[in-house]
Amino acid sequence: MLLEMKDICKDYPQGKEVVHVLKHVELAIEEGDYLAIMGPSGSGKTTLMNIIGCLDVPTSGSYTLNGEDISEAGENRLADIRNATLGFVFQSFNLLPKLTARDNVALPLLYAGVNKRERSRRAEEALKTVGLEDRIDFYPTQLSGGQQQRVAIARAMINRPKLLLADEPTGALDTASGEQVMDIFDELNAAGTTIVLITHEPAVGARAKRLRRILDGVLGSEEGGARV
Amino acid sequence: MFENIALAFQGIWSHKLRSFLTMLGIIIGIASIITIVSTMKGTNEQIKENLIGAGTNAVKVQLYLEDWGYSWWYNGVPAGVAPITEETRQELLDIDNVEDVSLFCYRQYDSSVYYKNSSFNGYFYGVDGHYFDTCGYKLSYGRTFVPADYSGFRKVAILDTQACSALFAGMNPIGKTLEMQSEVFTVVGVVEKTRSTELEIETVSDYWTYADTSGGAVFIPLADWPLVYSFDEPQGVMLRAASTDAMTKIGQQAESLLTASQISRPDDTVSYKSEDLMEQAEQLQALSNSTNRQLLWIASISLLVGGIGVMNIMLVTVTERTREIGLKKAIGARKRRILWQFLTEAAALTSIGGLLGVIAGIAFSRVVSSVSGTPTAISIPASIVAVAFSMLIGILFGMIPAVKAAKLNPIEALRRE
Repeated sequence: MLLEMKDICKDYPQGKEVVHVLKHVELAIEEGDYLAIMGPSGSGKTTLMNIIGCLDVPTSGSYTLNGEDISEAGENRLADIRNATLGFVFQSFNLLPKLTARDNVALPLLYAGVNKRERSRRAEEALKTVGLEDRIDFYPTQLSGGQQQRVAIARAMINRPKLLLADEPTGALDTASGEQVMDIFDELNAAGTTIVLITHEPAVGARAKRLRRILDGVLGSEEGGARV
Repeated sequence: MFENIALAFQGIWSHKLRSFLTMLGIIIGIASIITIVSTMKGTNEQIKENLIGAGTNAVKVQLYLEDWGYSWWYNGVPAGVAPITEETRQELLDIDNVEDVSLFCYRQYDSSVYYKNSSFNGYFYGVDGHYFDTCGYKLSYGRTFVPADYSGFRKVAILDTQACSALFAGMNPIGKTLEMQSEVFTVVGVVEKTRSTELEIETVSDYWTYADTSGGAVFIPLADWPLVYSFDEPQGVMLRAASTDAMTKIGQQAESLLTASQISRPDDTVSYKSEDLMEQAEQLQALSNSTNRQLLWIASISLLVGGIGVMNIMLVTVTERTREIGLKKAIGARKRRILWQFLTEAAALTSIGGLLGVIAGIAFSRVVSSVSGTPTAISIPASIVAVAFSMLIGILFGMIPAVKAAKLNPIEALRRE
């Protein structure tokens, strides 16, 4: 079991009231899984994603990732887990505008303490696997949206993470670029990467192996994905 | 670390105008400090130079009446003070670090010297054969005194350059005759003080400070002194120290030796005392330093203001780069790394400011020096300290913004547009 969530709740205080964003979520993911979590905005899917991604901690419940109890981990340990075990792909790419594609991709390696030459080599390799070997020294503003998202995927994959988290990865892209991104995800999953994807687009959700819907903080039970 | 520094410089360069304006406070602060320190150092060196004389290291020991230099024209020759003999001179030579000893008699202001219609009213010395060496005079032209001048009681005189120009105004003085106290002396030479800089006399107090060496002097052989004044007049002593630092101690030893061996009076109103030029120089330096130190405080306030300016801009930068910080944390940057990134940037900013300030300060002190004539000396250690200190200011005032950046919640930071 790569990831196991038991009875996860997340509350946010809002004025004098308390909002229950996640209610008793149970989730288990095996290595090699490809899960889509679908829900409308405000359903709590981003909060769930943040907790899975170790960016946020649950109010109650237990979360085990890669055999480690996350609720016990301190701030630095969480940063190390995000760096080594997880890879993030965001809707708005979040590339640093002053760095080239190569340097953007190499950034997680910097935090992992890899030397400069090795960083550069591996970044080039990662860009090659997403088909951007001719855009290595381009700045984000010189790339199309689809290309930027592929740079972001290369960055997410550079540390060979156990789990790739994607938050609306096609939300800012046209259909063709979105298809390209989803194809890359398929390839990565086929090569053994575990993927959790959150989206509100049924067409995107349908490409995962498994699909679960979330509504008002309640995670629904398994629905067979289109490809199962 | 190096990546951080490189990134910091990149960031500073990409906002050239903003960075420059941010640095301005630091630049002005450091520049004024460097200017003040340079002026301070220059003034100190000038005071030392003027009083002590470069490389001369001459200590003067003279008769004092209570706390005042003995006034020959007012008090006459004191009773109970024996003339210094050759044996005593040898004892003085045996003091540690003494290189040479000279005996002299002198008068000031009451000894008018005439050449035709021009007169000179400065110092008038009777000196032994060691005097010019001991006091650091060198011969300009003519000759110095020879043993025959002393043994033959020849009435010959040597002028220093100032006395020479006062009396002869450009004429060759050698062979001319002077009238002193109704005696006629023939000029045989002109000497000048060896010092690397000219005295700067601009105010009345400068004049009194340096009058001793600047008023001009006429020298005759010590053997001739009784021809002009009186027999068995107790002499003053000039000692040359091996080093400037030894001067004070030599002066003290010489004054106790002379007071013990020469003076036999029922009262102790008359004594030999050394003129401690080092102490005088230090007093003058302390005076000029204390005024400059107040200026330094004012300049430090501008550094404080500069530091606050840096803090302000760094806070803006952190807000602007919230998304970048959020992303970096999301992909695994630890708190400390974010902290260091912003501290490095602030420190780089103020270090460049400090460096520019040092350059501006050096340039400015040159300008001040050439406009007002006050000497300046660039202090290398002060410049290094200034740059290091501005780096410290960056770290100090960059701390609040950097901590703010490091504490940002990555979720909130990524959500921010």
